[in-house]
Amino acid sequence: MAKKVLMKGNEAIAEAAIKSGCLHFFGYPITPQTEISEYMAKRMPKVGGLCLQAESEVSAINMIMGAAASGSRCLTSSSSPGISLKSEGISYLVGCDLPCVIVNVQRGGPGLGGIQPSQQDYYQATKANGHGDEHILVLAPSSVQEMAQLTSEAFDLADIYRMPAMILADGALGQMMEPVDFELGTKREIPEKTWACNGTEGKRKKNIINSLLIDPDELETSVVNRFKRYDEIAEKEVKYEEYKCDDADIVIVAYGITSRICKTAIAAARAKGIKVGLFRPITLWPYPKKQLGALADKAKHFLVCELNMGQMVDDVKVATECKKPVSFFGRTGGVIPSPDEVLAQIEKLAAAL
Amino acid sequence: MTTNILLAGFGGQGILFAGKAIAKMAMDSELQVSWLPSYGPEMRGGAANCSVIVSDEEIGSPLVVTPDLLIALNLPSFEKFEPNVKAGGKLVYDSSLIDKTSSRSDIEVYGIPATAMASDAGLTGMANVIVLGYLLKITGLFEYDAFLEHMVAGIPAAKAALIEKNKKALEMGYNYAK
Amino acid sequence: MVVFDKPKSLSPVPFHYCPGCTHGIVHRLVAEVLDELDLCGKAVGIAPVGCSVFAYNYFECDMIEAAHGRAPAVATGVKRTHPDNIVFTYQGDGDLAAIGTAETVHVGARGENITIIFINNCIYGMTGGQMAPTTMPGQVTTTSPYGRDRRIQGSPIRVCEMLSTLDGVAYAERVAVNTVPNIKKAKAAIKKAFQNQVDKKGLSIVEVLSTCPTNWGMTPEQALEWVKTDMIPFYPLGVYKDADVKDLNPTSTKEVTE
Repeated sequence: MAKKVLMKGNEAIAEAAIKSGCLHFFGYPITPQTEISEYMAKRMPKVGGLCLQAESEVSAINMIMGAAASGSRCLTSSSSPGISLKSEGISYLVGCDLPCVIVNVQRGGPGLGGIQPSQQDYYQATKANGHGDEHILVLAPSSVQEMAQLTSEAFDLADIYRMPAMILADGALGQMMEPVDFELGTKREIPEKTWACNGTEGKRKKNIINSLLIDPDELETSVVNRFKRYDEIAEKEVKYEEYKCDDADIVIVAYGITSRICKTAIAAARAKGIKVGLFRPITLWPYPKKQLGALADKAKHFLVCELNMGQMVDDVKVATECKKPVSFFGRTGGVIPSPDEVLAQIEKLAAAL
Repeated sequence: MTTNILLAGFGGQGILFAGKAIAKMAMDSELQVSWLPSYGPEMRGGAANCSVIVSDEEIGSPLVVTPDLLIALNLPSFEKFEPNVKAGGKLVYDSSLIDKTSSRSDIEVYGIPATAMASDAGLTGMANVIVLGYLLKITGLFEYDAFLEHMVAGIPAAKAALIEKNKKALEMGYNYAK
Repeated sequence: MVVFDKPKSLSPVPFHYCPGCTHGIVHRLVAEVLDELDLCGKAVGIAPVGCSVFAYNYFECDMIEAAHGRAPAVATGVKRTHPDNIVFTYQGDGDLAAIGTAETVHVGARGENITIIFINNCIYGMTGGQMAPTTMPGQVTTTSPYGRDRRIQGSPIRVCEMLSTLDGVAYAERVAVNTVPNIKKAKAAIKKAFQNQVDKKGLSIVEVLSTCPTNWGMTPEQALEWVKTDMIPFYPLGVYKDADVKDLNPTSTKEVTE
């Protein structure tokens, strides 16, 4: 095993990207993810890559558009308000079927909001990145190791399915340090980018990268075909973790940093004899619907925990087909709940079972 | 066994550095560890704190709310976090900057005039390392020699002049008798 | 013997442009230059949003269709990751000088080694004749129905003049395509703008005063005349900048070392 490195989550994303063959980064500073830009600015010239600070997030995502269209592996990162600015570009990237990785180290909103950790962009990431019928891959790490691991996987998924992939993290994961092992496992087979715009050299017909389809029938066909690909992804690429769910009466559903707080609370609840487990979606899109749904036959109650006002609740209700009650506990605006607060919720539910 | 550590003080006192030294040592001791800093405008000359969790099992929440070990290097952090220390936990504070002591009888309280000691010894700015030395003595969290070795190894070649000073500061803290 | 033929860099499809519109002339000039400099195989063109949105259908090189105003950023992404490609944007006045102003200014500030072909016809064509950032004082459009009033709608932007103040801009020239001699000058300017890229000189922009008879409410002949009588006096033709960013003194002082 390679030696572990103590690193911030933001830095782990940057290093994992470089190790995954991403030599082009375009960004714009915003707290709490600026370490990604800083790390790239320092490292890229040493590995023959490029880190370019754009004049805005709008411009950065469009530089990504150019880099991706010409066949380069590329990364951009931002935090919530900056992701809103990127939403136009994300929609175009989807419309053009271009692969890239976008990092959102979430902070509190709406508006300028705050800079402390939040999960308030769940809806935006999973349902409405930009205009149009569209989805992107959304991966939610819960540790610094996963920040690296999922970044590496995101590049492969993006290339295989020709679509943007997002790492949906938060300020705590971005800022915290944990040991990271950069042996990130075997890479998948990546199809050749025969569609890339990097010059015909007179040897092939020209490539066009374009999202404009004026004829409604043509546009419909293109969207429907893209959704067939989405179905395939939902079938093959969901990732999740089940933790002590086998005998659980109460199943907490949480992702990212919140799932860790819940694990601490679960240990405390189990010590008191309460049978509680955790279901952690790792891919938020595609959502592990079937796998979560399967728990609805065994568990008696679901508790969704998030750093927002309950944005994932509907997805849990849909996945479990409302067979069992779904409650919610969350803090928002950058407040991180203590494990004791989650424990109190568990105890309340357990008492009513 | 899990130790929840909270280090707090003013920005510039080396709070984050001290936390990192502990985290690095824990990692190299094959333990699980997480280090979570405060960040944002509050860091610019104001309060700084960081949560460090050292454990032999998977770490859940990285945020330390009720520390087993609190290191307070200024009065505001002392007043803010002292009531949160777990019963049976330990509080280490800089008694040259904090002119009061804890009224709690359910925790162990250790004062050390680290800032005064540092300035008397020509080690201005190294009170954090003195506190780390003291911490090793009273908690037994890590072996002194191993910790020293790691800390020295972490100092970049360009700052080699600091090696002796760090050694001296750590030793002063370790040998401090209440 | 063939004395007149379609340039190889122009696709064998009909243009969709209105009668009397000069986009077709400028497309042809770009294609002739790509042929003459033998750049088509290396070229990647970036199409805008506006009347020339379908430009990706008209050139035989690889083409990317950008979001409104973002062509310079997209071009940056291509050029920075593929420096051997010849990258050009083809943009109208709304795209380049309104919604994409930040992208335009900063692509110049960075001295990106790309070529911009900028069509200035003082109006939004595709959406049907609204006021553009280059609409002239007093000019009537559907959103300045009483004539552009500088006290209300502000003053037009002179793009070449503005960009020529930036160190990273190597070459800025304004040309027109209203007469045969002017078309010849326009072609020379476009050729220089591509040659500059081959020579790695920095950003080159050619602003082409163009016509929009449909939305100006004129015949094609009247439109060509209006370029001469109204546009050129307000937007003087000529070279505004001719330099080489390689001559700039870099101020990076630290060596990159492992």
